[in-house]
Amino acid sequence: MKIAVCIKQVPDSWAEKKMGSDQRLDRASVDAVLNDLDEYAIESALALVEAHSPTGEVGEASGHSITVISMGPERATESLRKALSMGADDAILINDDALTGSDALATSKVLAAVILAGGYDLVLCGTESTDARMSVIPAMLAERLGFAQLTFAGKVALNGTTVNISRQTEFGVEEMSAELPVIISVVEKINEPRYPSFKGIMASKKKPLVTKSLTEIGILPADVGSAAAWSTVKDSLPRPPRGVGVKIIDDGNGGSQLVSFLAERKLI
Amino acid sequence: MSSVLILVDSVGGKVSKSTAEIATFGRRIGSVIAVVCSSDAAIIVPQLADLAIDRTITCTGVEFEKFSTGAVASALAALVTKESPTAVLIASSARGKEIAGRLAVRINSGIITDAIDIDSELIATQSVFGGSTTVHSVVTHGTPIITIRGNAVEAFHASPGTNAPVHEDFSVSYDGAGGADRAAVLSVAPAVKGGRPELTEASMIVSGGKGTDGNFAPVEALADALGAAVGASRAATDAGWYPHSFQVGQTGKTVSPQLYIAAGISGAIQHRAGMQTSKTIVAINKDPEAPIFDVADFGIVGDLFTVLAQASAGVIAKKS
Ligand SMILES: Cc1cc2nc3c(=O)[nH]c(=O)nc-3n(C[C@H](O)[C@H](O)[C@H](O)COP(=O)(O)OP(=O)(O)OC[C@H]3O[C@@H](n4cnc5c(N)ncnc54)[C@H](O)[C@@H]3O)c2cc1C
Ligand SMILES: Nc1ncnc2c1ncn2[C@@H]1O[C@H](COP(=O)(O)O)[C@@H](O)[C@H]1O
Repeated sequence: MKIAVCIKQVPDSWAEKKMGSDQRLDRASVDAVLNDLDEYAIESALALVEAHSPTGEVGEASGHSITVISMGPERATESLRKALSMGADDAILINDDALTGSDALATSKVLAAVILAGGYDLVLCGTESTDARMSVIPAMLAERLGFAQLTFAGKVALNGTTVNISRQTEFGVEEMSAELPVIISVVEKINEPRYPSFKGIMASKKKPLVTKSLTEIGILPADVGSAAAWSTVKDSLPRPPRGVGVKIIDDGNGGSQLVSFLAERKLI
Repeated sequence: MSSVLILVDSVGGKVSKSTAEIATFGRRIGSVIAVVCSSDAAIIVPQLADLAIDRTITCTGVEFEKFSTGAVASALAALVTKESPTAVLIASSARGKEIAGRLAVRINSGIITDAIDIDSELIATQSVFGGSTTVHSVVTHGTPIITIRGNAVEAFHASPGTNAPVHEDFSVSYDGAGGADRAAVLSVAPAVKGGRPELTEASMIVSGGKGTDGNFAPVEALADALGAAVGASRAATDAGWYPHSFQVGQTGKTVSPQLYIAAGISGAIQHRAGMQTSKTIVAINKDPEAPIFDVADFGIVGDLFTVLAQASAGVIAKKS
């Protein structure tokens, strides 16, 4: 089986983020890390392969492969290397100046093209990127690829060519099933991502990591990037700081003072 | 006159509060056409009569529950062609965003998610980076698809009998039904409903964290005194003290109530990402340095058990 995992490099979620003069996130000013929610997708891929490998290990002997795919700038190779050091087999970065400013429609178009060309049967994603926070890429990929959509999975099992997941939605706990090819997004409750081992880090340096341009994946520059972004930010402003809050130390009357505060704000 | 399509959201045949809210936004833009894609349509449509809705359309011919969000996106796409609306508005639930994303691909249109406001010119307001920045965006291509967060507006309700939306059925088919969308829902164990309001719909929430040490009784007592929903931090849900569906935060629910009370919650960035846009925030924590105090309008440094107990008694006394 050929598995693809879509991962994104994002600004560190602990860093203070601000908008640049071009009304886009000022990425240069913050540290970049692998989107932590995508680590769960990588771990799921590794666990699936280990469960279906004759040796219990990932890699060539397993008869399966895991490719990590990212669209982003050159420095996203850091995140791809991290995934390789966790155990993925190879990596593809789609990097092209024309991609700057791409919206979710363009991102999904690019990722779909790479997934189709690679002939993957099972695609794993995180549930959201901590910077864009749209949670739309997996559904868009399912729509573009015509793969079955199994999103927000809290459990994933593969049986032959059938994938079963269970997930928590507003309707309750749903058990779902689909035949390959499928696109799955996993929630962070699904597993505990492993740390790359020293051996894994050394091995990752020799694993293939290819960078592709738009031409190489057959997409026209005019179809992506800021000119083809079909929503634009008109303006942005730092949220007015919350009026300086009151902080009291409970002297035995804290609960009553809270009630007075709520009454003052007409909340009760 | 311009029209707006809104997608009716319901759980177990009950129309959710978000539907009333997106209808209210829709009226700012044009006449509102509410679209029902559910086998419970017969009991859903009557519940729409008093909302800011001018027409209702039930999509027939597809058993929507059998498919993923692709079937609903396909029905909406057909209605966009038929009605040429100015915009499509959908609730910002996980499901709502998936439908919006698939619809955007299908009709080749721009999409904005998690708006907290929209004006008559379709300028959407979003709160990004964990609430630290406010952004105004517009869709520049196709039929704007905008998903809207809960509690962003006071929903309009007509006095009973004064509003009479015109109803029609619209027959749709789904191209994914044969092959592509074969994800089958095998079973659904419905969420157990307590007497408390739904987390994402509640106008008040009292949340408990690790500091409760597993004892949610005082959190629930204050919630019940206020008529509020109960929420929890991930530390509390991971410990099994409260079900995962009550988790607030980046990987739980994003909430924006009038009042959010955090008791025994430190205020990690992942928690704040889900509650920072609440109108009024109260924090109770014994650690004066806890980061939750940075976003609190009213902070109490103290023991949550004594503070909550006293507050519950005070609220009950005030209300009676
Ligand atoms: C990928 C990822 C996703 C995550 N998603 C979420 C999410 O969606 N939601 C979420 O909440 N977290 C999330 N987290 C976890 C988050 O980072 C924190 O670990 C979590 O929010 C901590 O929960 P807490 O505040 O209850 O516990 P702690 O951080 O342990 O804080 C407990 C607080 O209680 C106080 N306290 C203890 N006893 C008392 C007492 N008697 N009276 C008053 N105060 C007391 C302490 O001073 C302390 O500040 C995520 C983490 C990761 C890595
Ligand atoms: N630029 C990207 N490259 C690769 N995968 C991505 C990219 N953006 C988003 N994804 C995937 O889509 C998921 C949802 O992201 P989003 O829709 O941006 O919230 C992420 O968890 C990733 O798995």
